[in-house]
Amino acid sequence: MINTSKLTKKFGDFTAVDKLGLDVAKGEVFGLLGPNGAGKTTTISMLITLVEPTSGTATVNGFDIVTQKSDVRKSIGIVFQEPSVDDLLTGRENLEMHAKLYCMPREIRKKRIREALELVELTERADSFVKTYSGGMRRRLELARGLLHRPKVMFLDEPTLGLDPQTREHIWMFIRKLNKEEKMTILLTTHYMEEADTLCDRIGVIDSGKIRVLGTPKELKRAIGGDTVVIRKKGFDRKKLRGLSFVKSIAQNGSETILGVQDAHSNLQKLLARIGPIDSVEVREASLTDVFLKYTGKKFRDEGEDGGEGGWGNRVMHQSNVRG
Amino acid sequence: MVMNELEGIYAIWLREVKIYFREKERFVASVVSPLLWIFGFGAGLGATVAIAGVNYQTYVFPGIMVMTVLFTSVFYGLYVIWDRKLDFLKEVMVSPLSRRWVFVGKMLGGVSDAFIQSMVLFIIALVLQIPLTPAGFVASLVVIFLTAACMTSIGLFFGAILSSMESFQLVSNFVVWPLFLFSGALFPISNLPSWLQVLTFIDPLTYAVDALRGTMLGTGVFSFGLDAGVLMVFCVLAIGIGSWAFERMGKL
Repeated sequence: MINTSKLTKKFGDFTAVDKLGLDVAKGEVFGLLGPNGAGKTTTISMLITLVEPTSGTATVNGFDIVTQKSDVRKSIGIVFQEPSVDDLLTGRENLEMHAKLYCMPREIRKKRIREALELVELTERADSFVKTYSGGMRRRLELARGLLHRPKVMFLDEPTLGLDPQTREHIWMFIRKLNKEEKMTILLTTHYMEEADTLCDRIGVIDSGKIRVLGTPKELKRAIGGDTVVIRKKGFDRKKLRGLSFVKSIAQNGSETILGVQDAHSNLQKLLARIGPIDSVEVREASLTDVFLKYTGKKFRDEGEDGGEGGWGNRVMHQSNVRG
Repeated sequence: MVMNELEGIYAIWLREVKIYFREKERFVASVVSPLLWIFGFGAGLGATVAIAGVNYQTYVFPGIMVMTVLFTSVFYGLYVIWDRKLDFLKEVMVSPLSRRWVFVGKMLGGVSDAFIQSMVLFIIALVLQIPLTPAGFVASLVVIFLTAACMTSIGLFFGAILSSMESFQLVSNFVVWPLFLFSGALFPISNLPSWLQVLTFIDPLTYAVDALRGTMLGTGVFSFGLDAGVLMVFCVLAIGIGSWAFERMGKL
């Protein structure tokens, strides 16, 4: 649904997006994860035809973002990073304006607006001015507006930035709904790990305008290795772990034995078989934050691409585009 | 297809007009300013001066009308800078409606604002017993339309090519005030030294002021046809550069 090839945007000497290659499949929720200024918004701006790339090409829904702007625009819905609904109009008026801009016939317009308002649960407040809305309600209105013309692809630029946890949960629910029920392909940017983890089928970690690593949240977490397995067992015998290459470290904390295990997900069975009966076990998978920091953190930049461990999952594409 | 585009233009226009009526502060401020000029400046100076056989307050009235249209229109256009800052305009810019038509919708919105404001001034004209005939009224509306379309386009042009709010001052000092002062809104052009007169001839507002003096007071220097014709040329030029600037936005 979204394809980019060597997509590049320069602002003077500064390269915001650097030969970006992306491939988002139909029906997928794809997350662009990266620190502030990594090039997420610039990438979206190009894909939604707001900004033209300096070089490279991209297609959205099969249409070229430079030569077929109008077709691209008809295929997409957008929730911008900054609020873009009109304060001095009511919720319904905002939606009506949008529907007219997208040339929707009157009968369909009324029906879709009603449906969209119901979906985001704003029906009761539809005729109040947007300036009386809370941050979460505005976000929901923007979502409703973005999907009004039934786009094939939805772009969400930091959809939950600055919202409280309850509201965020709410917005996530709607995003899942759009993806499942409306079969929309979704590209979202975020720097909330949790958001990327719960929503996205696949994640691309972006920094300095380049994709650093790409894969499902699971793959990414598994690939960086360091999961933690905590075992409680009376009289734990360390010798039993000899020869297990995936056990990287052992530490004792009272009655708990804390093991650093590579890919605990697939190695747990083997591990437990070796140890025998236990009282309890707890597995802490590496979090996306670990992944994020690994690819965008200071350490990575200083050390270069050699992070020190092998064990890349086969399905994880690792693009070792290191600066310098 | 043409119907669809009209719908889009209508949507943008409707938004502008709704906003205009809902932003009460803007409306009040824009009405108070011409009143100050008419009653403060016009009546004050008018106590001592009469030009072309009418008292100064009456003489300056068409000029104040043009001034109101000028300020409303240009600043309306400049507000695009603000809209762009807030991501608001993006919603419109990524819609399938082409930028040219977005521009037209915006421009018509500005023209409507200026029209509504000029209506307030027409009511004051009645109070001041300005000898306006029905035909003169209709002709005045034509002039106001052309002037507003031209000035809104200029405002939108600067709104599209400038990016900081500080540009307001720049445009105000280098565009708006010169356009006003060299239009002969406050005094007859013939009083100016000849080198300054040249400036007045390339100022579109000169023709707007002269045309309104003709339609309202019957004291125009040029014929109505000439004034309207020149205004129309300026109008087409301004719409041209304005829509060009809109289409260019984002290609930076």
